[in-house]
Amino acid sequence: MDLDYTKEQSMLRKSVEEFLAKECPFDEVREIEDSEAGYSSSMWKKMAKLGWMELYFPEAYGGLGDPFGDVAIIMEEMGKKAFISPFFSTVIQCGLILVEGGSEKQKEALLPEIAAGKRIMSLAQLEEEGSYLESGINMPALKSNGGFVLNGVKMFAMDANIANQLIVAARVAGSGVTLFLVDAGDPGITCTKLSSIGKDNLCRLVFKDVAVAEANLIGKIGEGWKILKKIEARATLAKCAEMLGGCAEAIDMTKEYAKQREQYSTPIGGFQAIQHYMADMLLAYDTSLYYYHKVCWMIDEGMDVATEISALKAQVNEKFKFITERSVQIHGGIGTTREFNIGLFYRRAKAFEYVMGDTDYHYAKLVAALDL
Amino acid sequence: MDFKLTEKEEALKKEFETFFAAEMKNAPPEFENGGLEGIYNSDEGFEFHKTMARKLGERKWLSLGWPKEYGGLEATIMEQVIFDDVRGYYGAPGVCGFAVGMFAPTLLAGATEEQKQRLLPPIAKGEAFYCQGWSEPDAGSDLASLTTTALRDGDHFVVNGQKTWTTGGHKAEYLFLLARTDPDSKRGKGLSVFHLRMDLPGIEVRPLLYMDGKHLYNEVFFKDVRIPARDLIGVEGEGWNLTRQTMNFERSGAGGFSGAKRMLEDLIQYAKTTQRNGQPISQDPTARRKIVDLFIGSEVGKTLAYKIADLHQKQDFMSLITAASESKLFSTELAQQLSNYATEIMGPYGQLDHGEFAPIGGSMVDLYQFSKGATIFAGTNEIQRNLIAWTGLGLPRLKFK
Repeated sequence: MDLDYTKEQSMLRKSVEEFLAKECPFDEVREIEDSEAGYSSSMWKKMAKLGWMELYFPEAYGGLGDPFGDVAIIMEEMGKKAFISPFFSTVIQCGLILVEGGSEKQKEALLPEIAAGKRIMSLAQLEEEGSYLESGINMPALKSNGGFVLNGVKMFAMDANIANQLIVAARVAGSGVTLFLVDAGDPGITCTKLSSIGKDNLCRLVFKDVAVAEANLIGKIGEGWKILKKIEARATLAKCAEMLGGCAEAIDMTKEYAKQREQYSTPIGGFQAIQHYMADMLLAYDTSLYYYHKVCWMIDEGMDVATEISALKAQVNEKFKFITERSVQIHGGIGTTREFNIGLFYRRAKAFEYVMGDTDYHYAKLVAALDL
Repeated sequence: MDFKLTEKEEALKKEFETFFAAEMKNAPPEFENGGLEGIYNSDEGFEFHKTMARKLGERKWLSLGWPKEYGGLEATIMEQVIFDDVRGYYGAPGVCGFAVGMFAPTLLAGATEEQKQRLLPPIAKGEAFYCQGWSEPDAGSDLASLTTTALRDGDHFVVNGQKTWTTGGHKAEYLFLLARTDPDSKRGKGLSVFHLRMDLPGIEVRPLLYMDGKHLYNEVFFKDVRIPARDLIGVEGEGWNLTRQTMNFERSGAGGFSGAKRMLEDLIQYAKTTQRNGQPISQDPTARRKIVDLFIGSEVGKTLAYKIADLHQKQDFMSLITAASESKLFSTELAQQLSNYATEIMGPYGQLDHGEFAPIGGSMVDLYQFSKGATIFAGTNEIQRNLIAWTGLGLPRLKFK
């Protein structure tokens, strides 16, 4: 047993940290949040140049073939900066779907494009009911002229407003959920940004007679849910890494504030009331982090983590909220303002709760895993 | 990052499991639901504890991590944690926490060679049982304010004062004492550690029954008790440093987490096989949510215990102090959550602690009472939170007047 990161991983972390510290101060994050595009295209190109996008892609498609745990390090560092970009939607969610379910042709065409920062993609899975389950995917994909036609509404598609292409989960009668690669610019698609606590690129998509050629199926007909399940653990792990980065930064920020803010002529961090809050926050973070390390290791070892990943996401969902809520409390009134950075994390915690399954979804999975 | 156990560790784990699974079949009914209550509340329970201790001693499992010259195996910290993990899962007695967990490390850290040669082997063999003489009525969390004195008189020290919360004081043959050898000293200065026999003239042990009526704790009164000077451990006046050195180390809490896991398995079994409102309790959404909460807690906690082992291996002692405090906090509050949720899930049966109608042998309602003590003893959870804030976050320490 050795629970440290390798030297290479520590170097990767350092380079990501240095880049983000230089390129993306919190003021920049707020600007991105307020912009219509909701991301910085210049940053996106620089990230591609640094090789972040292709890190875990197979070498056969121009990737570096690194273990997935490495890309999670990047997510963790992004989480510390409350950084916003289409990295998760494009590189993690859609990248994993292509790696696991895409045809040779699709992989050859798309993965290098993603790696070069030339292509943004968005996964359109959830619908108006907001269900995370297979039964929640009901958009019909009707067979027509050797291809398919999509009609209906998709909700909470991240970065669809800036995407070149969408991966749409729809249902083929008699065969089940199927994934389709769709041009985001198709005239039959109307995309509207949803205003949300995360101030991110959550979108609503309306599909009206959108035709998809058979060549743009990802995987076989009826294989869509299987592919989504196959990428679930890794995508969830990456999101958890980002959330844990947020936890770490919130604690760090709050600790520094408590040391420097004085009341009654003494730093408030000297008061036991504050110390006990902060001890609980550190406990919540440390325990979640160590468990995350274990799940990350299991994934890189190729073990089945269906149960553990749900325990992890449920844990991190709740602890990120807990830590950021206490953080704002300790900051006092200033913590509730737009100009102060801790509020970024308080909002992220709520927004990320819904990504890759909320707490209730994962509890239901655990109930099944425990055979209750 | 690598969580894998080595082949040797896996083999050792299997050996521990086989041993405890077989031996726990010999538990007498008086051992009841185990724990400290199982050990100390009855003669039969204590006999079982002693028998197990001797068997563990024969295998050198009480001295796993010690140097070979004192009867140890020089096992790695990981192997010790695996032992705690497995023993905790089976709820097995036989390891006197005061002798093996506290006094032996103190001896190894600061005793003279003669003392090590004399006092360590009986602990390793499972023949010496200790209790702990630290807390006093007016010195709890603020242990350094203790007032019991041990004053030199020729080749003896004479002890006067009172200790309290002395777990097992009515069963143990020996006590390790922290007392003031310099009567004019304050706080951590002028304290010394002693080994002493509990049958010395002038020692009086009075029971201090737990809320459920069980006999764990005692008050111990000292009136002109004479201890041979050779039983002062280490250096006179340096007892506080010696005590602090061994307070937090080597407590991974692995046993607590695996014990909780075992109890959770019992609870799940109960919920699946018990009907209420026309369905198994395990179908009830509220009960399910509680069970999953507990599952996540026990999963996460176990990783913390192994992280502690890893920090120990790497000699990262600052992180270790934080992590050990985290483990104490987490495991004891998990035990409270477990016992509260379990007794809620059981409905009105949750209150039955004994007899044919008590679910899972009344273990959960027992734990509901005993776990209340666990967030208080061995450094209250408030003290643990202070330590985490100081060592883990670098917040300002309390100033003493």
